[in-house]
Amino acid sequence: MTTLQESAPTKPLRQPAFGVGTLAIVAGLIAAFAVPAIADDYWLSSIIIPTVIMGLAGIGLNLLMGYTGLVSIGSAAFMSIGAFSTYNLLLRAPFLPLPVVLIIAGLIAAIAGVIFGLPSLRIKGFYLGASTLGAQFLFEWLFTNFSWFSNDSQSLTISAPRLQILDYDLQSATGRYYLVIATTVLLIALAFAIVKSRVGREWMAIRDMDVAASVIGIRVARRKLLSFGISSFFLGIAGALWAFGYLGTADAHAFNLDKSFQILFIVIIGGVATIFGNFLGAAFIVLTPILLDRLSLIIDLSFLGDQGALANLQHIIFGTIIIVLLIKEPDGLSSLGRRGVEALRSRARSSN
Amino acid sequence: MTGLLELHDVSLSFKGVRALNALSFSVAKGEICALIGPNGAGKSSLLNVINGVYRADAGDIVFDGLRFEAIHPQKAAHLGIGRTFQHNALFRRLSVRENVLAGLSRHGNASFFENIFRLGRDGAERQGFLARAERTMSFLGLDRHAGRIVSTLPYGLQKRVDLARALVAGPKLLLLDEPMAGMNQEEKEEMSRVIREVNRVFGSTVVLIEHDVGIVLNLASHVVVLDYGRKLADGAPDEVRKNPDVIAAYLGTVH
Ligand SMILES: Nc1ncnc2c1ncn2[C@@H]1O[C@H](COP(=O)(O)OP(=O)(O)OP(=O)(O)O)[C@@H](O)[C@H]1O
Ligand SMILES: [Mg+2]
Repeated sequence: MTTLQESAPTKPLRQPAFGVGTLAIVAGLIAAFAVPAIADDYWLSSIIIPTVIMGLAGIGLNLLMGYTGLVSIGSAAFMSIGAFSTYNLLLRAPFLPLPVVLIIAGLIAAIAGVIFGLPSLRIKGFYLGASTLGAQFLFEWLFTNFSWFSNDSQSLTISAPRLQILDYDLQSATGRYYLVIATTVLLIALAFAIVKSRVGREWMAIRDMDVAASVIGIRVARRKLLSFGISSFFLGIAGALWAFGYLGTADAHAFNLDKSFQILFIVIIGGVATIFGNFLGAAFIVLTPILLDRLSLIIDLSFLGDQGALANLQHIIFGTIIIVLLIKEPDGLSSLGRRGVEALRSRARSSN
Repeated sequence: MTGLLELHDVSLSFKGVRALNALSFSVAKGEICALIGPNGAGKSSLLNVINGVYRADAGDIVFDGLRFEAIHPQKAAHLGIGRTFQHNALFRRLSVRENVLAGLSRHGNASFFENIFRLGRDGAERQGFLARAERTMSFLGLDRHAGRIVSTLPYGLQKRVDLARALVAGPKLLLLDEPMAGMNQEEKEEMSRVIREVNRVFGSTVVLIEHDVGIVLNLASHVVVLDYGRKLADGAPDEVRKNPDVIAAYLGTVH
């Protein structure tokens, strides 16, 4: 130990590795921009768009669960708020440009998130899960029983009246892809900015030891509510994209408990407290059922019974894969990726 | 007399167990006060009442001229009460540096938007926090471990991180719950030296809990002995050493 007076000169601040990091970002952006040139409409509409949106929803939940340590099993409720808000804003305030509409919809979801986060100031863990479940059922009920939210449509469905930015029509697969990817890239940047700031550090402190966080003066209640708000902001925008960038037409049941659990799995599979990991988790959630579908076409499984039995079998296989993955890779797929990068690095180092 | 910290008839029970029984004493500004007493005497409970983790059933506390019956831990922190824990309470998935930086949270004055968009006061805040954290880490010999995740560190280093996290905010009053537990003689003396220096250089008043009477009598200028939630003795180390009640109840069994 040194004495205080002769304290070592402070090390220069660790600069973000300019070069490698920037290069990776630029390459990633170019790749994201070039995707429609390579992928056909099926790939865009059925695989890439839903993966990106679900990954974004995963980020939303991960900010709450992975970074702040708060459980929610009502994520889809906040997605539905974003979707229905977007619909109503586009319909009733046609002068608002789409990006503004998305932000306002996100903010409305954020307010709902803060309200449903209030119980987190009193209760933790399992019971908090139960209270977010309340949000899940409340909003599904609200949007199916009050037709005002779907402009009194008979089917209670919503479809975007227009999807355009500055006269560019975004209804095509490519257009929807660009809408989704541009929104997602901006929100990824926002997520990184948040978790790398004091706010992110305070969230993680609360997650790891909330009594100690409180004792060092972190405003635990405010930070928890902020986390609910920001998480729901991300989920709200993801919900709007899911309804109009992916489904085209949606109803409240598109955001049911199943969807909430899928988002939960994305976070668990992709890795808690990661940003990019959520897209691995989302790819897994989106691709596995498609692959299982394809597989059942190749191998004749009809001896197992009718369609319903087959669907159940899929659920079982899906569940088994998740369990195996969790046992083998409890820190999620992203830790697998990190170890890979580490291995490459150390090889590069030893070859120097 | 008026001290930086005064307790008046503070009592606390847990379902029939009287952890603190009408306890009164005073800690003068600038002193190192040691709390000793057998296991379960109520020492940790006392620290928890002072910084608001527990709420006393009766009595009141005066800190730095402010009287309160109960206080919120965040308020205590903002008043300048720092604290380490008997059992590991670090942010285990964060690095040493992040733990120490977290200790500065109460000094953050940039708004949320400034923080996330790196505008306005954020730059100065980040720089200032980092400089303070680095200084505290090198003072406690933690600079070599700054990037390590705390849960991967040996126990002794974790204790130091806990101290660094409390110290970095520049507390007026530093409550240390068994900072030397599990250390060997040499490490204890090193820690004593650090605490003395914290007291001298930072000017923090220290209240610490320690079982090793030899160390305590050397380090502290004021000793309070607790037994079953009651105060058994209170005074300078020499007086306490000679107190027959203390010898009978506590020192006698140790030596
Ligand atoms: N949260 C709690 N719930 C119930 N009982 C508690 C709690 N905290 C402390 N106690 C009880 O209060 C009494 C005093 O405990 P405390 O931890 O303050 O003792 P201590 O002097 O710090 O002991 P040690 O030297 O073992 O750390 C004990 O009987 C303990 O069981
Ligand atoms: Mg104790």
